[in-house]
Amino acid sequence: MIAQNVAFWIVALSMAGAAVGVVRTRNVVHAALYLVVVLGGAAAQYILLAAEFVAWVQVLIYIGAVVIIFLFGIMLTRAPMQSETALDNDQRWPALVVAVFLLGVLIVLLVDAFGDQTIRLDDELLATGRTGNVGSSIFRQYVVPFEVVSMLLLAALVGAVAIARRD
Amino acid sequence: MQLNQFLILSAFLFCTGVYGILARRNAVLVLMSVELMLNAVNINLVAFSAFSNAVSGQVFALFVITVAAAEVGVGLAIVLLIYRNVHTPDLDAVDQLRG
Repeated sequence: MIAQNVAFWIVALSMAGAAVGVVRTRNVVHAALYLVVVLGGAAAQYILLAAEFVAWVQVLIYIGAVVIIFLFGIMLTRAPMQSETALDNDQRWPALVVAVFLLGVLIVLLVDAFGDQTIRLDDELLATGRTGNVGSSIFRQYVVPFEVVSMLLLAALVGAVAIARRD
Repeated sequence: MQLNQFLILSAFLFCTGVYGILARRNAVLVLMSVELMLNAVNINLVAFSAFSNAVSGQVFALFVITVAAAEVGVGLAIVLLIYRNVHTPDLDAVDQLRG
């Protein structure tokens, strides 16, 4: 339990720092690289929670595909590499107030609701998170949402091509 | 492990995403902030899945990842179209609907 907690705090602190980097950096490419740190940290947290399949899907889809799409987007919109304040608008302080207020409300609420609940890391949890278990749950219990999501992916793919096409 | 440590980490990530959406001007950076918020939701889902020892949370996290991938594809296509029409990725420049 101690080792998991140490791993959690190391990963969580690097994730938090990188998340602040995503919203504060003045270089667009650096923001994408900070995003890689956040996404990889999330995959590590899934491993800690014994969700191996979700962790590898996170690595493949987010770090493998989504970040590459972001880098293509940065390249195609010719984002400024070195700029002072052009990436932010003039509502930085109201945004900070909103975010800090929301974080305070959420923390008070979470501590009040789940104050001393613990996650038991035992063999039962490891058996629940196995990939075979997730697969049979997708293809038995959640097969209709799975098909709907596949149609949504197809529609999004065709829609993206239709929107971005130069005609 | 405490359940709360995961929930508070994800609350922090979510609020960082809210700040990014409100304070960023570049459209690609706004989409990155949306990704931060979606990841916070995924951490919550997987944490509750482990807490209640049920696999449903992980399946929902997979659905959220799929929808996020579709959202990024369509979102960046729209950003490219805006860039092609107004020649800037700044969202402040897109104010044709202002009265």
